[in-house]
Amino acid sequence: MYTYNIDIEMVKELEAKCLKIRKDLLNFIYRIGMGHLGGELSIVEVCVALYYKYMNYNPSDPKWEMRDRLVLSKGHCSETLYTIFSDMGMYTMDYMVEHFECLDKAKFGMHSNRKYVPAIEVSAGSLGHGLPVALGLALGARKQKKNWRTFVIVGDGELDEGTNWEALMAGGHYKLGNLVTIIDKNQVQMTGSTATVMNIDPLDDKLRAFGWDVIEIDGNDMYAVCEALQSLPPADPVSRRRPVCIISNTIKGKGVDFMEGNYKWHGGGIAKEQLDQALASVEKNRRIR
Amino acid sequence: MSVKTTFDFDQMLSNAREAYGEELMRMADEGLDFAYTYSDNVAPSSSAGKFIQKYPDRCFNFGIAEPNQVGASAGIALSGQIVFSQVFGPFLPLRAADQIHTDIAYNDVNVRLIGTHAGVTAAGGPTHNCVADLALYRAIPNLTIVVPADAGQCCKVIRQSMDFDGPMIIRIDRGGSPNVYADKNYEYHFGQAIETVPGNDLSIISAGSSVYWSMMGAKILKEKHGINARVIDMHTIKPMDYAMLDKCADETGNIVTVEEHSINGGLGGAVAEYLLERGFCGKFKRIGLPDEFAVLGDPDAVYSYYGMDPEGIAKTISALMK
Repeated sequence: MYTYNIDIEMVKELEAKCLKIRKDLLNFIYRIGMGHLGGELSIVEVCVALYYKYMNYNPSDPKWEMRDRLVLSKGHCSETLYTIFSDMGMYTMDYMVEHFECLDKAKFGMHSNRKYVPAIEVSAGSLGHGLPVALGLALGARKQKKNWRTFVIVGDGELDEGTNWEALMAGGHYKLGNLVTIIDKNQVQMTGSTATVMNIDPLDDKLRAFGWDVIEIDGNDMYAVCEALQSLPPADPVSRRRPVCIISNTIKGKGVDFMEGNYKWHGGGIAKEQLDQALASVEKNRRIR
Repeated sequence: MSVKTTFDFDQMLSNAREAYGEELMRMADEGLDFAYTYSDNVAPSSSAGKFIQKYPDRCFNFGIAEPNQVGASAGIALSGQIVFSQVFGPFLPLRAADQIHTDIAYNDVNVRLIGTHAGVTAAGGPTHNCVADLALYRAIPNLTIVVPADAGQCCKVIRQSMDFDGPMIIRIDRGGSPNVYADKNYEYHFGQAIETVPGNDLSIISAGSSVYWSMMGAKILKEKHGINARVIDMHTIKPMDYAMLDKCADETGNIVTVEEHSINGGLGGAVAEYLLERGFCGKFKRIGLPDEFAVLGDPDAVYSYYGMDPEGIAKTISALMK
């Protein structure tokens, strides 16, 4: 287990940001009438830690060449990223609502499009695509000897797709130390638990066998998320070493009592009364250190 | 456009599969920057194999995993590189359809997917036939689909694609096809078809290896049947040169298509769709592989079996024109 001295005040700030993002996200989904709240809420800590602290990133220049790249393979959870982009000042919430899936005026969709939203690295939607593309980004950085890092967030249900394993094998083969896979292991997919739909365990053993170093954390504990991200070796594109996979154990629907662990909150909208309950719930469940 | 062809030299063989590797080598030697991805089917002794040995830092092998190769090629392109990606053609559209659609076309990246062994040229039966790919590619937005007629044209396509923005499919056969163009210094433009044989009785629209078969078929038609067939090299399947189709329809009245692909959804389908919508009333026929899993045999024998060789083309057209 890694032990790093993490600034507790920084963790508290990031946790406060997570609370705001959860509230903004809920309001956003309420206004647009659709989303995938279960998986969007489970990745909040990881996304906030990456965008606000650990990724080399400039929100005023999302195409800055030396930025770290984040590929959201579970592209149906794009609203979490949109909400962060809004908080970072790239778009107002009103603008995003006005331009959400409105035919030829649309910029934002349930599944993200990089050509409409410059901060989106890879257009995504169908599952099992992010890891191969992220692998390519890391290979491209190696070829060009660029020191940026590629992160890819993959769902655990998504691991049913064989393309992930092709890419994991290639990542181990090429020893891509500049590639970091984060598996959002919320243990719930669309119609039930991953254990009953398609068991993926023992996931850590599988990943190690494919040539990856594995860090397993509570992905809804900001301190643990920071500790894992801070422990990453430098994003050296040339040196060959085992790539890192963070198994981020999370709770689907994290923070909202009536959503947590419930596969029925995989997708859909949210009614006004549910919104009010959800907002109260995330406030009540906020982490206090 | 007047282009000198090898109409009278039917045994001059070319090999696009070797030629593209040689062109990549020349381009790299000249200092052009690009990446190359490939599968476990590029022999070390081939020209592409030699390119890989000389420039290993820009070449990435993906083994036998076409979806990962195509997806990763999109990623390399997103990192700012032009990517040439060779995939064994029969498996490119069928194994990696989702990646071609989403990672390459929807993300609109500068990947040139080089699908080899078009048609039945891989031999080995229907698992190794590449006869449904154009039907898939044609229905995917953003894809430019190029089918070079011979090795020299393939080199032009490879080089000119460096200045092209957007994803591209480059469909070549196994190799050993006759040269179509004697003079390699002709002007080549994506989307601009080339008339290789003049004629006014009908137009044969073809692409890839079938251009040469069509030219030889036209020769038979002229010598044995007195039919003057025009032959068009429709090397860019999408965007198709509709102006050339208009010209052929207006000037020759009748249209036949020849392709090493299923007659469903490929070149013939594309031409038919356009002609019908423009009110074409002439004779029309698609020559290609019928809607069945192809018989087993040597590629030339299979093409002959289905009437796609010069004699078969001439026979079908002479009957049509009666």
